[in-house]
Amino acid sequence: MMQFMLLFSRQGKLRLQKWYQAYPDKTKKKITRELIATILARKPKMCSFLEWKDLKVVYKRYASLYFCCAIEQDDNELLTLEVIHRYVELLDKYFGSVCELDIIFNFEKAYFMCDELLLGGEIQETSKKNVLKAIAAQDLLQEDEAVEGALREIGLL
Amino acid sequence: MALRKVKGNLERMFDKNLTDLVRGIRNNKDNETKFIAQCIEEIKLELRQENISVKANAVAKLTYLQMMGYDVSWACFNVIEVMSSTKFTYKRIGYLAASQTFHPDTEVLMLTTNMVRKDLNSQSQYEAGLALSGLSCFISPDLARDLANDIMTLLSSTRPYLRKKAVLMMYKVFLRFPEALRPAFPRLKEKLEDPDSGVQSAAVNVVCELARKNPKNYLSLAPVFFKLMTTSTNNWMLIKIIKLFGALTPLEPRLGKKLIEPLTNLIHSTSAMSLLYECINTVIAVLISISSGMPNHSTSIQLCVQKLRILIEDSDQNLKYLGLLAMSKILKTHPKSVQSHKDLILQCLDDKDESIRLRALDLLYGMVSKKNLMEIVKKLMIHMDKAEGTSYRDELLSKIIEICSQNNYQHITNFEWYVSVLVELTRMEGTKHGPLVANQLLDVAIRVAAIRAFVVAQMALLLDNSHFITGFSQRASMCEVLFAAAWICGEFSEFLTDPKATLEALLRARVSTLPGHIQAVYVQNIMKLYGRILTSSGSDASMDEDMVAKAAVEEVSEMVAARLPSFVESSELEVQERASCALQLVKFVQKQLTKGQAAGLGAEIVSLFDGELNPVAPKAQKKVQVPEGLDLDEWINEPPPSESSDSEPEVQRPSLFATGNAENAYVESYQSSKPAELTQEEVQRNREARQQEQACNPNYLKGGGKLESKSGMFDVAEVPVAQLDLPVALKIPGLASSDHYLQKQKQTSSKKKVSTKKKKKSKKHKESSDEEELAAPLHVVNTDVGEMPEGATLSDGMDDDNNDLNDPHRALDVNLDEPLRAEETLPVRSHREAVKFEVTGEKKAKKKSSKKEEKVKKSKKQPIMMDLLQNGEHTNAPTEEPSNDFWLDHAEYEAMPDTSQSKLQVEENEKPKKKSSSKTKEKSKEKKKKKEKKVINEDSLVSSLAVEAPTFVPDLKQTMSNKDKNVLIVS
Repeated sequence: MMQFMLLFSRQGKLRLQKWYQAYPDKTKKKITRELIATILARKPKMCSFLEWKDLKVVYKRYASLYFCCAIEQDDNELLTLEVIHRYVELLDKYFGSVCELDIIFNFEKAYFMCDELLLGGEIQETSKKNVLKAIAAQDLLQEDEAVEGALREIGLL
Repeated sequence: MALRKVKGNLERMFDKNLTDLVRGIRNNKDNETKFIAQCIEEIKLELRQENISVKANAVAKLTYLQMMGYDVSWACFNVIEVMSSTKFTYKRIGYLAASQTFHPDTEVLMLTTNMVRKDLNSQSQYEAGLALSGLSCFISPDLARDLANDIMTLLSSTRPYLRKKAVLMMYKVFLRFPEALRPAFPRLKEKLEDPDSGVQSAAVNVVCELARKNPKNYLSLAPVFFKLMTTSTNNWMLIKIIKLFGALTPLEPRLGKKLIEPLTNLIHSTSAMSLLYECINTVIAVLISISSGMPNHSTSIQLCVQKLRILIEDSDQNLKYLGLLAMSKILKTHPKSVQSHKDLILQCLDDKDESIRLRALDLLYGMVSKKNLMEIVKKLMIHMDKAEGTSYRDELLSKIIEICSQNNYQHITNFEWYVSVLVELTRMEGTKHGPLVANQLLDVAIRVAAIRAFVVAQMALLLDNSHFITGFSQRASMCEVLFAAAWICGEFSEFLTDPKATLEALLRARVSTLPGHIQAVYVQNIMKLYGRILTSSGSDASMDEDMVAKAAVEEVSEMVAARLPSFVESSELEVQERASCALQLVKFVQKQLTKGQAAGLGAEIVSLFDGELNPVAPKAQKKVQVPEGLDLDEWINEPPPSESSDSEPEVQRPSLFATGNAENAYVESYQSSKPAELTQEEVQRNREARQQEQACNPNYLKGGGKLESKSGMFDVAEVPVAQLDLPVALKIPGLASSDHYLQKQKQTSSKKKVSTKKKKKSKKHKESSDEEELAAPLHVVNTDVGEMPEGATLSDGMDDDNNDLNDPHRALDVNLDEPLRAEETLPVRSHREAVKFEVTGEKKAKKKSSKKEEKVKKSKKQPIMMDLLQNGEHTNAPTEEPSNDFWLDHAEYEAMPDTSQSKLQVEENEKPKKKSSSKTKEKSKEKKKKKEKKVINEDSLVSSLAVEAPTFVPDLKQTMSNKDKNVLIVS
């Protein structure tokens, strides 16, 4: 089971964090700090896996963003890389050639996407189409509400 | 009213929204904290407003700040307010905030129960989905208990979107509320055959997670999974299933046998690396579980190794890494098949990626043998010289030692070589493994009695040239070796050729710069040497007459008495105390000498260090029985009632006797042990061997090999430089070079082949190598485990403390095949009964009993083995794994009654299905999926038409034998 997922920039700024295992806040911060430092120190040609305490860390860099997941000892590293890649593909489809700024300014969307792909650290939907469909439907709900709210405010409803 | 609304809207226009916040933070990089403090103030104001959209906006901003590391737990109530909004927009924001900021210990969680339940049962699937996603992040034991039933209801929702989320959510519920597992399991099992592939794969995920922790309870599901594995083409799910089998096979070797074939087929056919890797891993697990008796055993291991070689040779670093990782798993059981790829692994040692080199190092551990040990270690030493990073060099050093010392030095034939390797290692700069090297030297010297003379000679040289080791501050940890050297020289002082010179080396002024615990050992061993010198020069009564001997003794006493005071002045208590004792002793001897009554004094001093201390078993301390009436947890003195009860004071408490150092404790336990007596013969033989060795060593200075440098300084220029082509330049004359032994070994082996040709010329040499061959068994390693307290045996109660009581999976270890008992239901309750749960629970259970029966019936319709049991003869043992029949061999199976008919039936059903599935293989992926669904549908039809549970077994059989046919045709 995936334990947590972190997104951070090349400068070491955390962009997204999702924890599937309960840790105290202090530990979370410590883990984040240590992992970011370790991964940023690795050379680009090195492999994407590292053993870290009793976990395995799988990371991959996309442009200026690092995607980093921690999994348990007997989990499949390559599968985790695929999950990361799938997530990036989804973000890419959703934002249209996604960049770091998209995630900074729409961080909640990135979270929503993550929640549709994974649940409790397990892959939830393997079909890209289904994930995007669910997200689109929920966005539509929001828009409808926004329109409704606006109309009500003006007094048309 | 309208006015207020307008006013509210106006105010909102000045509020920052999320984008403004993010932009603001980016624009205020210099005074970020100040800006954010200001934002938080604004957010607090916003949260106080009535308007829900203002609140939601504030909560969204808080979520962002939380991610940046700010504490927002004070806003929990507001998060719940936003969560409870009826609008999806706000609810979404609220649940996101909750999933990021809440954790199972959050106090306000109990307030959310009813709200979450309402959302779970919402008409909109997306609202329920939100609740499930959010809940998965912050579910607590209470929430799990209260909501388990609602989540379970969602398992049979008509919408796959909710079913799949609910399935995954159930896993979290099980972890927090283990009692839910048994009542919920039948329905979870149904989901394994859900028409929706997403739900199916979610169920596989959950069962896989559960089974990995408690595999034995899920053995009965193997048939279902086997069918899924042979029919599914969804790689995501296949990987999980195969992983699950990997967990099951150790418990049931027969399953492994059945798996080998489909797995090898997958290995051959798949193009997905992740799937290939998983298959190989499981095949390895299978092969480990099957000890013997498989005809194609070696072919499948060969296949794995072959595929792994391809992975390792790949240019993708990730595959290389994983290939090596899997290889090390094979190594444990099939070392031979890995050993043939030694070239490849040694090649990986040169990889530019450190993590790959480390993996390759791990593999080397299992690849050494008596024959190639020297060569491999040599290679590692060269690597160590070249290594740029200290951490990698440290790793290499510890690996060398690990490789050499494995299984009580199993692979070492020549301990002189090993000691010289260790001595060479002392010259590594800046390593942190000094203690490790020291420990090895001590261990070898103690365990291998025959090597002591050699070790002592080497250690004396080290002591004499200690400035090489302590010369640079960065070598700090290496000075631990001096600790070992001093102890070995003192303890086995009878082997010293020139005890006086060694004594001088121990007494040098620069010693006072060494760490305290090493100085303490120095003092102790100075006394041992002193006693040795006293006894050896002019023994007993003759001493008083023999003026030369007396003068020599007086000179030594003089020297010791003059130098010891510098130890007495040490700031280290331990050194001080020992030195004062020693000084008084020496002064006493001096006094006796002047009085002419020194006869026998030497022997008495030696007797101070008399007695043999045996090695102590590593776990002996744990085994010491606590005396009756002694409570170890009781306070001896009540602790002071300080509020700042940090652990710091305890940590800082100085350890008086430097017991924090493991080596110290280790050596002290041996101190004053009487050296094991060597027979005259042995000593003679050792001496001969040493002389032989010295003669062959070009760097050896004839005549003792020690420079009489009284100043304590060692002039490097004086070292005769001979044979510079040696790869490792020797700086200290007399120190053995490990290369020398390597060459020797090569010579011996080549000579063996050429045999007697050069007999005459190399007679001496030959003798030495013969001697070495003889010497090999002479280097007997004392492999005793060590002493234990009386009445304790090695094995009892060892693993007790390994079990983690807090592991939630312990509670999930329940028998899932047992029928549900009446009281086993999920707690169901409505809003008002919340408080009285305990009382009403039973009533509810009664009400629900009819429903429960239905459930049981339902589960009976499933082709589970329970029915088979009820039909067959095995009924008397319901707690046994009912699944056993799945593993029956064909012959055994046919002996069973009443199944042949249904077998035929299924054969017919099976064939068309097989055809279709083999066709699908050739078609494109898109089509594959569609077909797959059809197959599944057909399948469920088949099972619903055809039948009683027993057919399930032949069904599987058939699948397998059909597979056989397929393969045969192909090949």
